[in-house]
Amino acid sequence: MHSSLWLSALIALPLIGAMVSMLVRKIPGASYAVAVGVGALEVVLSLIVAVLYKSNVTGAQGFDFVSRHVVSAPLGLAYDVALDGLSLLMVVLTALVLLLSLLGGRDKRREPAFVSWLLILTGLTMGAFVAHDVLEFFIFFELTLVPCYFIISGWGGAERARAALKFFLYTFTASASLLIGILYMGFAYQHQHPTLALTFSYGAMAATAMSHATAVWLFIAFAVAFGAKAPVWPLHTWSPLTYAEAPTAGSIELSALLAKLGSYGLLRFAVGLLPVAQVSVRPYVMTLAVIGILYGSTLAVVAKDLKRFVAYSSLAQMSFITLGIMSGSTIGVTGAVLLMFNHGIITIGFFLIIGFLERRRASIQIADFSGLQGPAPVLAGLFTVAMLASIGLPGLSGFISEYLILIGTFTTHAWWSVVASLGVLASAVYLLWAYQRVFHGRAQGANADIMDATAGERWVLVPVVVLIVVLGVFPKPVLDRITPSVHNFVTQVATASVTK
Amino acid sequence: MNTLTIPSIHYLTILPVLIFFGSSLLLLIASAMWRRSVPMGFSTSLTVLTSAAVMVVTYFQWRGLDKSGASTTVAHAVVLDGFSVVATAAIALSVGLAALVAHDWALRENVRGPEYQILAMASSAGAILMTQANDLIVIFLGLEILSLGLYVLVALDRRKSESAEASLKYFILGGFASAIFIYGAALLYGATGSTNLTTISYFLGSNVLLKPGLLVAGGALLLVGFAFKVAAVPFHMWSPDVYEGAPTPVTGFMASIVKVGAFAALIRVMISGLGTQLGTWRPILWVLIVLTTLVGAALGLPQRNAKRLLAYSSINHAGFILIGVWAGTARGSAALLFYLVTYAPTVVATFAIVTVMGGLGDERHSLESYRGLARRQPWLGASLAVLLLSQLGAPLTAGFYAKYSVLAAAVDSGGSILALIALLSAAIAASFYLRWTVVLYAEPDEELDGSRVIVPRGTAIAIGVGVVLTLLFGVWPGPLVTLAQHATVYFLP
Repeated sequence: MHSSLWLSALIALPLIGAMVSMLVRKIPGASYAVAVGVGALEVVLSLIVAVLYKSNVTGAQGFDFVSRHVVSAPLGLAYDVALDGLSLLMVVLTALVLLLSLLGGRDKRREPAFVSWLLILTGLTMGAFVAHDVLEFFIFFELTLVPCYFIISGWGGAERARAALKFFLYTFTASASLLIGILYMGFAYQHQHPTLALTFSYGAMAATAMSHATAVWLFIAFAVAFGAKAPVWPLHTWSPLTYAEAPTAGSIELSALLAKLGSYGLLRFAVGLLPVAQVSVRPYVMTLAVIGILYGSTLAVVAKDLKRFVAYSSLAQMSFITLGIMSGSTIGVTGAVLLMFNHGIITIGFFLIIGFLERRRASIQIADFSGLQGPAPVLAGLFTVAMLASIGLPGLSGFISEYLILIGTFTTHAWWSVVASLGVLASAVYLLWAYQRVFHGRAQGANADIMDATAGERWVLVPVVVLIVVLGVFPKPVLDRITPSVHNFVTQVATASVTK
Repeated sequence: MNTLTIPSIHYLTILPVLIFFGSSLLLLIASAMWRRSVPMGFSTSLTVLTSAAVMVVTYFQWRGLDKSGASTTVAHAVVLDGFSVVATAAIALSVGLAALVAHDWALRENVRGPEYQILAMASSAGAILMTQANDLIVIFLGLEILSLGLYVLVALDRRKSESAEASLKYFILGGFASAIFIYGAALLYGATGSTNLTTISYFLGSNVLLKPGLLVAGGALLLVGFAFKVAAVPFHMWSPDVYEGAPTPVTGFMASIVKVGAFAALIRVMISGLGTQLGTWRPILWVLIVLTTLVGAALGLPQRNAKRLLAYSSINHAGFILIGVWAGTARGSAALLFYLVTYAPTVVATFAIVTVMGGLGDERHSLESYRGLARRQPWLGASLAVLLLSQLGAPLTAGFYAKYSVLAAAVDSGGSILALIALLSAAIAASFYLRWTVVLYAEPDEELDGSRVIVPRGTAIAIGVGVVLTLLFGVWPGPLVTLAQHATVYFLP
């Protein structure tokens, strides 16, 4: 087993970076340089961790880098980190999102504060993904709201105050049920084992015996919190406004990364800890997911601005992920884990390009653009790659993950899979139509003089394109790292749901 | 003929009360003897030193507890246990910090004179007596000593009619509450034959009341008296007006020490005295908590005045603290103690910032006057943001663990629904704390007077201590949680 210091370093590095970049705030540009340096280091570190990870550490059930320190016994508070195939890709994604949103979404207004908040957000998100204690996860999960709130309200668009408040209140309210659910489980375990101290460790929570009805209630409590974060229909109403008003880096963080906290939580904690309930709530959650796919696709067709457009298409994609998570098959869950990563990368691409367009035209209204293909062929080309990956063109990363989800779902719940596959079709419609409106046609007025991607902008998008292509053509090394954990996880859930 | 027997007195137990009361008297006499008015510096330093002395005494009390355990003295009417020691320390700290803020305020407003410090120390003696009281009569004494000082303090700014109005309102309603409380005590005496909490508990444990009407009525009246003091809904009507009308440093002082004193006494009555009647008072308290948390949060939403907003916020907090009582367990008591100890300095520091922001005349309290504060004065703005986030219950601040521990206690005692309702109210309350925070970080308005406010040194210390404690207990709550837990091990009976 590897040392847990690697994971602690992943959490601590951005937080220290935030402090340093505040300390050097008087020197122009220094904060940004520090942040980019930390971002690059974080990416390297996360890749090292991903390479080092061993799925077969004995007695750790697929986890590596495990360690647990009790912080306060009466509160049941512990610092407990671990990594497995479910969280591995998320750790890499967290680091990538930081680096790319710094490079592509640079915002020079009050820059030291901006990059510090981004760094803090990264550290906290990293903490949530590697947390192996349910209470610890909750604290990180909840804490991410604070930097997000400040990023949106400080650097967002015209309606930023309302957007930030709506986002915060929505998620904060939804997570109330999560905290009570966690406490309920913790005390249920403690009452069953009166000699032990209060604990919220993942293993203990998974071993808590409970009636079917209790498990269903707890599942609902968990699903509300995670569903609001993801977002899953009908808890998505905060997301279009918030994505649209957030600054580019904020939109990337929210949709590429923080949304994954919702789906990851749903998988790890709702499904993983409450397998008994999972079987009976599965059809309902899957129905919501299918509705979300169709609903998101439909609204993406009619969306008037590009950020809302990506918000709705994200809703559809996140619903695909939910479908895979709930499918109960190894293939479906593998697809979901992979899509969490792929959707993250594709969304980074979309928002970066939208950010570049916004920089040039100070607008994100689809109606304001036309014929950009002529003056800006490189931007159009890059957008095409992200778009085709999102549609699920074979050979690009989106295809393999959506395909796995649909097969996995088909083996367990065929009809849901059939209806969901309409979503793939719909995504082709809305993406191509949006592309047509923005990039085709004749460029007139300001659109004709639009500048093509600068060298810097191209370089930022290189990793995105590379990941989209590589994971589309040769996903095996990645799949090999996540499949053992997923298989282990699905088997445990399946056995537990039968025996309990 | 009966002879008066003087009960034995263990002086270390009542030393904090004696010190505060003695200092208060000393200052009172000094102000009469001094040829001219007592220098402000003297009276403030005396208060701060007295608070520090009391904190030192609590350290020795705690050491004594480790050796010999909890004890009662003065005919079992006063208790020395971990709970009272920790609560006393929290009160002393708040008094010291509030004295610094009041000093700077008095200089700014030119309300010179030692009155504030005299009355504040006398009130604190009452609050400490409440935390130690093991007898309904002693609780009543503490309550009256606490309140009488406060009635005058609220009216301290004689030039403002709001101040006098608030004082009168507080006095009349407070008088009613005291009367209700003492009537409840009388009924309880009628039902059980004693006013001593231990004796009441013993009596109720060893006898079955065939007609519990008197007991229930007495208990209910006591609860109403307390509910008034801590501003629990529906007995909260006075609090926004009094919070707004009182001079701001007095509001801060009142918001912190009254809560500590009243809640400490309340939990002692409910657990030590009426613990056997848990099944009877719990449902009543349940309703009270739901009302208090939800109404406090909902009525805070439309507020545009910082002091009124904080009044509703403190109502919401009172609901949360009551959850610790509702739990009826050692975990609940420890959570309540942790909540009080962290809440008191937070609220003093918050009102310290509101005091300096109030400007000359103590009138600029609209939320709009905070626009862009964090841009103009980053440290002051960030301090207020931290304090607000702590009251909101964001992780990494003491407020999170305070809320967490009372909710955990509630869930442990089977109150998941109650905990959920309370937490949802916190989400409602979050919106007004956040709206305030947004204003802090918003672009400064050119129209408004964008000048920097002056933060005098004493006030800066009070704010600094409050913020540091809020963050310290938020990042590293372990020791204080353990202390609170130990404190309730000594909790009598």
